[in-house]
Amino acid sequence: MANSKLKKTFLTPLGKDNPVFVQVLGICSTLAVTNKLENTVVMTLGVMFTTMLSSFTLSLIRKHIPARIRMMVETMIIATFVIIVDIVLKAYLPDIWKQLGPYVGLIITNCIIMGRAEAFALNNKPGLSLIDGLASGMGYAYVLLIIAFIRELLGTGSIWGIQVLGDWWTNWTIMIMPPGAFFMLAIFIWVVRESFMKEKKED
Amino acid sequence: MDSSMYPIAVFFAAIFTNNILLTNYLGMCSFLSVSRELKTSVGLGIAVTFVMASTTVLNWMVYTYILLPFELTYLRYIVFIIVIAAFVQLVEMIIERTSEGLYAALGIFLPLITVNCAILGVSLFMVIREYTLITSFFYGLGSGLGWFLAILAMAGIRVKLARAKVPPGLEGAGITLVIAGIMALAFMGFSGMITIS
Repeated sequence: MANSKLKKTFLTPLGKDNPVFVQVLGICSTLAVTNKLENTVVMTLGVMFTTMLSSFTLSLIRKHIPARIRMMVETMIIATFVIIVDIVLKAYLPDIWKQLGPYVGLIITNCIIMGRAEAFALNNKPGLSLIDGLASGMGYAYVLLIIAFIRELLGTGSIWGIQVLGDWWTNWTIMIMPPGAFFMLAIFIWVVRESFMKEKKED
Repeated sequence: MDSSMYPIAVFFAAIFTNNILLTNYLGMCSFLSVSRELKTSVGLGIAVTFVMASTTVLNWMVYTYILLPFELTYLRYIVFIIVIAAFVQLVEMIIERTSEGLYAALGIFLPLITVNCAILGVSLFMVIREYTLITSFFYGLGSGLGWFLAILAMAGIRVKLARAKVPPGLEGAGITLVIAGIMALAFMGFSGMITIS
């Protein structure tokens, strides 16, 4: 039983309860950092790290937090991990850190992390919360990576900064600009819902 | 550009050319969920504008007079979010005691604002771009108004959309994102009007 619960905890955020295309959370960074694959990888690693460890930490101390101030405690825990991410990026990947700009700090207000803390970590054991956080982070990550891949390819004709499409390719500049981000995510949500979620009819 | 005009330029840029929602994608969560109705959009828009302008100034002061001298700038995320949360709480308490009408209109939106990433985002942009106090205030105010404008337009469109036939997979978030994309395209028409560094 323990094993099946573990498996379910891990798989749900990847598929039918995906934070991005089902719950539509964390959209700010989904749109903002997906214009280059490189930035997206760094950002998703940061988010995975934060979701995982903040869920774990919160779950450890969940029985000692007074209900009235739990939001404040959650925010503090999340912010602490975001500061770690920020300092590490600044030290080892200063170029990417600069390009991501305020979006690293904005991991704090990423609704996915807060959502997992509220919905899962407050009522579950630390180990399971860690898995849940990791899976939610991964569910977020793969969607972003797909979107970033398409946007960078169509927008600049390259992947990871390396030109892959030849001279014949005309860059769709719109793809790396704001409107492209909105359209791309809309199309992504549409395709996923049409092809994989036919049976699920709600809201 | 004349330096005394700079804050004004930043103000208009924040509304039109660098709209916080349509070019920086901030505040999307509440934008997507609240823009269904015109009335609630107006309430949230006003609340966001007010809180954004005020917290930008407060955070500027905290950053310049406390964090910078003591070399605690790495703590800015925690400090900014505490300032924002405390300010929102304070405003809620004040209007609850003083104005019943205002509380009924705005009260429910205030807690939502603490987790609106646009508010924190504006404070972080202000630090990165090294704005002065006056510029920060105008930047916060302009960003708030820009957000207000975007959610108002979106709510107006969505009211009409209720009668349109949308493909099932695109309903809700999908179609809203498409409209936001078209609005972003329209706002790109403003680019070049004001150029700020």
